[in-house]
Amino acid sequence: MNNAIESSGLSKSFGSARAIRNISFSVDESEIFGFIGPDGAGKTTLFRIITTLLLPDEGYVKVLGMDSVTDYKKLRKEIGYMPGRFSLYQDLSVEENLSFYATVFGTTVKENYDLISDIYSHIEPFKKRLAGQLSGGMKQKLALSCALIHKPRLLVLDEPTTGVDAISRAEFWTMLGKLRKHNITILVSTPYMDEAMRCDRVALIQKGEILAVDTPRKIMLGFSRKLFSVKATEKYRLITALRQFPATITAYPFGDSVHATFTGDIVDPGLYDHLKNNGVTHVSVNETEAGIEDRFLELMNKTA
Amino acid sequence: MENQVIKVRNLVKKFGRFVANDNLSFDVYEGEIFGFLGANGAGKTTAIRILSGLSAPTSGEVIVAGFDANKQSEKIKKNIGYMCQKFSLYEDLTVKENITLYGGIYGMSKQLIKERTGELLEKLNFRDYENRLIADLPLGLRQKLAFSVAILHEPKIVFLDEPTGGVDPITRRQFWEMIYETATRGINVFVTTHYMDEAEYCDRISIMSEGRIVALDTPEQLKKQYKAASVEEVFIKIARPVVN
Amino acid sequence: MNRFLGFIKKEFLHIFRDYRTLFILFGIPAAQILIFGYAVSMDIKNAGIAFLDLSHDEITMELTDKIISSGFFKKTETLLSYSDVDKVFKKGKTKAVIIFESNFGKKLVSEGKASLSIIADGSEPNTATLVTNYTTAIVNNFNLRFAGDASLNSVRIQPEVKMFYNPNLKSHFMFVPGVITLILILICALMTSVTITREKEFGTMEVLLVSPLRPIQIILGKVMPYFILSFINVILILALSWFVFGLPVKGSMVLLLAESMLYILMSLTLGILISTLSGTMQQAIFISLIGLMLPSILLSGFIFPIENMPKVYDYVSMIMPPRYFIVIIKNIMIKGTGLAYIWKETLILIIMTAVFTGISVRKFKIRLE
Repeated sequence: MNNAIESSGLSKSFGSARAIRNISFSVDESEIFGFIGPDGAGKTTLFRIITTLLLPDEGYVKVLGMDSVTDYKKLRKEIGYMPGRFSLYQDLSVEENLSFYATVFGTTVKENYDLISDIYSHIEPFKKRLAGQLSGGMKQKLALSCALIHKPRLLVLDEPTTGVDAISRAEFWTMLGKLRKHNITILVSTPYMDEAMRCDRVALIQKGEILAVDTPRKIMLGFSRKLFSVKATEKYRLITALRQFPATITAYPFGDSVHATFTGDIVDPGLYDHLKNNGVTHVSVNETEAGIEDRFLELMNKTA
Repeated sequence: MENQVIKVRNLVKKFGRFVANDNLSFDVYEGEIFGFLGANGAGKTTAIRILSGLSAPTSGEVIVAGFDANKQSEKIKKNIGYMCQKFSLYEDLTVKENITLYGGIYGMSKQLIKERTGELLEKLNFRDYENRLIADLPLGLRQKLAFSVAILHEPKIVFLDEPTGGVDPITRRQFWEMIYETATRGINVFVTTHYMDEAEYCDRISIMSEGRIVALDTPEQLKKQYKAASVEEVFIKIARPVVN
Repeated sequence: MNRFLGFIKKEFLHIFRDYRTLFILFGIPAAQILIFGYAVSMDIKNAGIAFLDLSHDEITMELTDKIISSGFFKKTETLLSYSDVDKVFKKGKTKAVIIFESNFGKKLVSEGKASLSIIADGSEPNTATLVTNYTTAIVNNFNLRFAGDASLNSVRIQPEVKMFYNPNLKSHFMFVPGVITLILILICALMTSVTITREKEFGTMEVLLVSPLRPIQIILGKVMPYFILSFINVILILALSWFVFGLPVKGSMVLLLAESMLYILMSLTLGILISTLSGTMQQAIFISLIGLMLPSILLSGFIFPIENMPKVYDYVSMIMPPRYFIVIIKNIMIKGTGLAYIWKETLILIIMTAVFTGISVRKFKIRLE
């Protein structure tokens, strides 16, 4: 199988601030590849290098077999790019935005309608409305349609789900999944760990460096200890009490419970007494499966 | 029953013929972490504006921190804190200047501001950053500081608008620990967010759809009721997106 | 080509959808012309003037008559002593006081000279200067005639004030070319710089850059609509000044329009240059207004003659494009001269256009950063 993207040793600094450092990874053709990491991890910088908008200081990236620096003109015809802020013309209507991006790429809406019909049909009833008056979810769909209208071989989506409600996000990921049949490679970034599960493979990225690259499943399995979910009525007291317990290695709040690891991967019977003495009631401890976020935390602690 | 900090009865807010809030009734209690969820355009923003005294209800009773939103909106503003992800601190001012500024806005005495500033910097381990510009701080530290500043004047309620968007998992947990700690001091934390895993941290959550509250309970109860593995699933099941 | 046309179509949509931009484009020039033409008239008409005649003879009375009957002045009061001068100014209606010394007529006849003082209200320097000039001219005229009557020996060379090209000193003849010059550079530079920085600010530039559009297409696509609209603007302003003030174009209309096109093009390229220097719309507006408008007004010779400026300002004004266009447009419109007289200025504008275009194309980034 050919690599859609292949990068080696990419580094980029802005002044004294290192945005990304020694990034190497490869993306297979037609896969959905996610970069998962917090704001400031370097996702946008990396995407801008891949889309030929920035020059790397060191290293190279080959996109669709072309060099991002020297072949930038050819490459720009093959990429569909959706930057972090949905880049729509707020004062143009839905329809006008779409046909503008179509003409810019030397095509027409008609020609590639089948590719976007799944997505565009959601907003087509509002095609006369100005883009500035759309809701977040609709803007996101329009921006995706615009990025797809020239049938790119690579789709680059920088934080497409930020600021959009849960229903629109779920719809969005379903749409991305459907694009698979058109043989489009999709590169997507998100700060939200739970979205990793929707990708074929993901790279966890933090402070400009890749912590891990693999399928979400394998990344989760990489968690090195047994993980326990501890619940109690008094959450804050539970966290502090768990941390004071000598056998505790880590204790992090996780929704309605606290995820903890212990030395020897067992729950020391003394834990219950310890918690009780600290005024924590209704305690339940269950072994649980580590998620992407648990693994991310573990990897962060290792590098720190 | 515990003390109510927010009491809403039959709240209606109309813009012309459009009903943004359709007969809302709910209570929020002291020391509770309350998640306020809803799709884009479901009417969350309108409701929060009313709760924070920025706009008056068309009809209905709204009592916040003991004051009536119909008549005492100025008093409400003094007794709440507010923090949103996008704008909270002045980037071109230093940490200390921001704290002093907000203390002044909420009418705290110089002595009190000084005391609290010291406590705050100590607690956040921020002594080294005291004279740094906000613009130079990493996002995570900014969020933590913004939250601390929002509760500097010990309000009864603090409103958080997508407080942890985009921060790393460790900082995010430190942030939630701060929220828990704040709640144990009796301050009510009122959180709005699009991110459902955030909702799992709350004591109770409400889900709005088309101007109405369609669900209100603990995350656990809701998951049981809708036979869902996560709040996200519950949300998708019951909150239809508003296609305006 | 389709790409480019699509881009231009989009630009026109932006312009027509934004009423404020349209207003700035067409409303403000018209308003400026009318305001400058009517309200800020630099002619004096019926300026209040008071007399303190300490002589009260035939000659002073005749001179007073002359001044009042000139049509420029209106007599407000007759004063009795020096102490009244201050009071009359404070009332506000009087812009100048003319004082004849005692025995004015006698002295003039016997000694051949007499003194007359003009005290003008310096708090309104423009009016004061004008009043002083006009009265001096009238007195000189009278003096000349009187001297001519008496004896040829005492005829002195008098400064002759005569207005070529604008015999009545009508100030809108001066202002219309000035306003065209100012408006064009401001609007063209401001509009283009804002429209480009707006794409940067809204993030759409990122997508344009990643598209197959070439930089020159983006630049031309931005410039073209404003070029057309500004040209229409010039025609509208000229028509407006013709119908409202009866201001003719003495020289060749074709030459005037061609020169205007050149000047518009220069201003547009300057706008692009500004946009490459600024990251936000705010900066672009700031540079255009403060960096361009004020110097244009102050240093182009539009209001203050360059000859009267300190040398340093003269040099600074040399880099101000309006300085050259104002010469061109005045020559064509008012004097009716041809290219032979203005080729130097034209050449300078051509060079400026070339330089700005060169720098912008070079500075326009094919990447971010």
